[in-house]
Amino acid sequence: MRESIVLDIKDLKSHFFTAKGVAPAVDGVSIQVPAGKIIGVVGESGCGKSMTAMSVMGLLRYPGRVVGGTITLDGRDITHLSAKELSKVRGNEISMIFQEPMTSLNPVYPVGKQVREAILLHQKVSKAEAKERVVEIFRAVGIPEPEKRYYNYPHQLSGGLRQRVMIGMAMVCRPKVMIADEPTTALDVTIEAQILRLMKKLCEEQGTSIILITHNMGVVAEVCDYVYVMYAGKVMEQAETFELFDHTSHPYTRGLLNSIPRLDEKARRLHTIEGVVPNLLHLPEGCSFCTRCSEAKKRCFVERPDLYQVGEEHKVRCFQYEGEA
Amino acid sequence: MWSRVGKRIAISIPVLVGVVLAIFVMLRIVPGDPVTTMLGEHVNPAVIEKISREMGLDQPVTVQFFQYVFHALQGDFGTSYRLNRNVTGIILDAFPNTVKLSLLAAVVAWVIGIVAGIVAAVRQNRLLDRLFMGCALMGVSMPVFMTALVLQYVFAFKLKWFPVSGFDSVKAMILPAIALGWNSAGSIARMTRSNLVEVMQNDYIRTARAKGLREHGVIVGHALKNAMLPVVTMMVLQISSMLSGAVLTESVFGVPGIGRLAVNAIETRDMPLLQGTVVFTTILIIAGNLAADLLYNVLDPRIREGA
Repeated sequence: MRESIVLDIKDLKSHFFTAKGVAPAVDGVSIQVPAGKIIGVVGESGCGKSMTAMSVMGLLRYPGRVVGGTITLDGRDITHLSAKELSKVRGNEISMIFQEPMTSLNPVYPVGKQVREAILLHQKVSKAEAKERVVEIFRAVGIPEPEKRYYNYPHQLSGGLRQRVMIGMAMVCRPKVMIADEPTTALDVTIEAQILRLMKKLCEEQGTSIILITHNMGVVAEVCDYVYVMYAGKVMEQAETFELFDHTSHPYTRGLLNSIPRLDEKARRLHTIEGVVPNLLHLPEGCSFCTRCSEAKKRCFVERPDLYQVGEEHKVRCFQYEGEA
Repeated sequence: MWSRVGKRIAISIPVLVGVVLAIFVMLRIVPGDPVTTMLGEHVNPAVIEKISREMGLDQPVTVQFFQYVFHALQGDFGTSYRLNRNVTGIILDAFPNTVKLSLLAAVVAWVIGIVAGIVAAVRQNRLLDRLFMGCALMGVSMPVFMTALVLQYVFAFKLKWFPVSGFDSVKAMILPAIALGWNSAGSIARMTRSNLVEVMQNDYIRTARAKGLREHGVIVGHALKNAMLPVVTMMVLQISSMLSGAVLTESVFGVPGIGRLAVNAIETRDMPLLQGTVVFTTILIIAGNLAADLLYNVLDPRIREGA
């Protein structure tokens, strides 16, 4: 993975300042996104994957705030941009689609107009030209009768079609990076495959990189080139997809993979990882996973492990692999 | 759309008939004979009887009612006992003043209410928010007559910035308009603020931000239309309630409008005039509600579809 890096997130820290204390939702996350690749970010609910995405987009709202680290987009530091400068980057060079296609579109405007707005914001084209571009992208994302759908309101479209509209909106300015936050979680499984294939196709055609946030290991195996496994605001393991599945190292990643029900095994009960994600306000003193880890040693409860290199493109945050590579 | 309009108008007819019936019966149940009130206690009973017959008051109530409706349908609401003039003419003379007062109050309420609501929502929990919402709460809590009296005392009587009563100059209209509009301004501001704050939590607001819109673009372009839908309905509804709320304001400031006519009619037991003002105001309120309903249809695509 020595391709040019489009988006370089280094040691990103985003904290939430609540009345009960400071919650480190994103705690020193580094993610590198090479051009034209699909990066998977996996983890349970509340592990900080969405917050990482929101931090990159500059969409964190009070009481959340980016407190450290750098975000470099195509060689330019976008961590400390003013609201005005950031708005030129958002939706243009980096865009995002969300988990909830049913509510992510404004109910009182036709969908075509909402996509057209993204073009008019970032490019100097006439309204008629922008409309043509919208119809074009609608066709590209597989919306039937795009000229007619342009004038439809969100409530007239199905969830799958709305997510296609969202993808169209995110892709219409040909961004360098698109962040997809669980884009298929709210959709039918049959639609899920279509949407994933569509995103992969658009990504290849336009050279856009995708950060795909998901909790679904199957989705990761299907489309991602490289995977980051997150837990309690930290990256626990990162590797190329095949490497991760072949040489799963971190106990947490193994737990996630074991949790996928298999057809070729006769199991009475589904595998689970015991316990729940720890409260961010009361993280364990040592490794954040130690309370649920079946392989935890004494040391894991008092010291925090670093990310240790175990292969060329493979890092693991676990003492078992300290000094291995 | 038009069938909906027709349906709404058809529903309004029984309401109107009901109101006419209610006011008609009520005025005849209350003790005291209008002729006696008019002429005084110590008048020859024969005279009273003669006048009652002339005015048709000796007829059974049902007959009187149908006669009244029959004439009303032709635009004739009878003759005022006191003023000895056609009620329709009296109302039409007073109506422009009430309309002027209500519209002025509505403009005061809308402009102040909406602007204050938006500012408060944007500066949520800061000083301006607290200040505006305090004023709004005062407006909503204070009865119109009290607001009117306080304004009159402070700004007309003590400070002498405005005339105490009358309605013949723009300056004289300001205090009554504020008195009548403040209450509505308060509720509009509160509703605008709470709706806007709520709408700003929606997913599509995040989408708008992610698209690259600046914060003011997000508010004006995406949040406001959604937040204002219920507010617009309330605003239109309030015009009609202002027309009736004008009763108190008009009395305090001596504005020669329909409200004051109604109060005078009650005091002098002028039945035809009172009936006339009530029926007239009812028609206005029904029309206002109809307009609000239709406007909502035009504004919200989700309802437009279902029609």
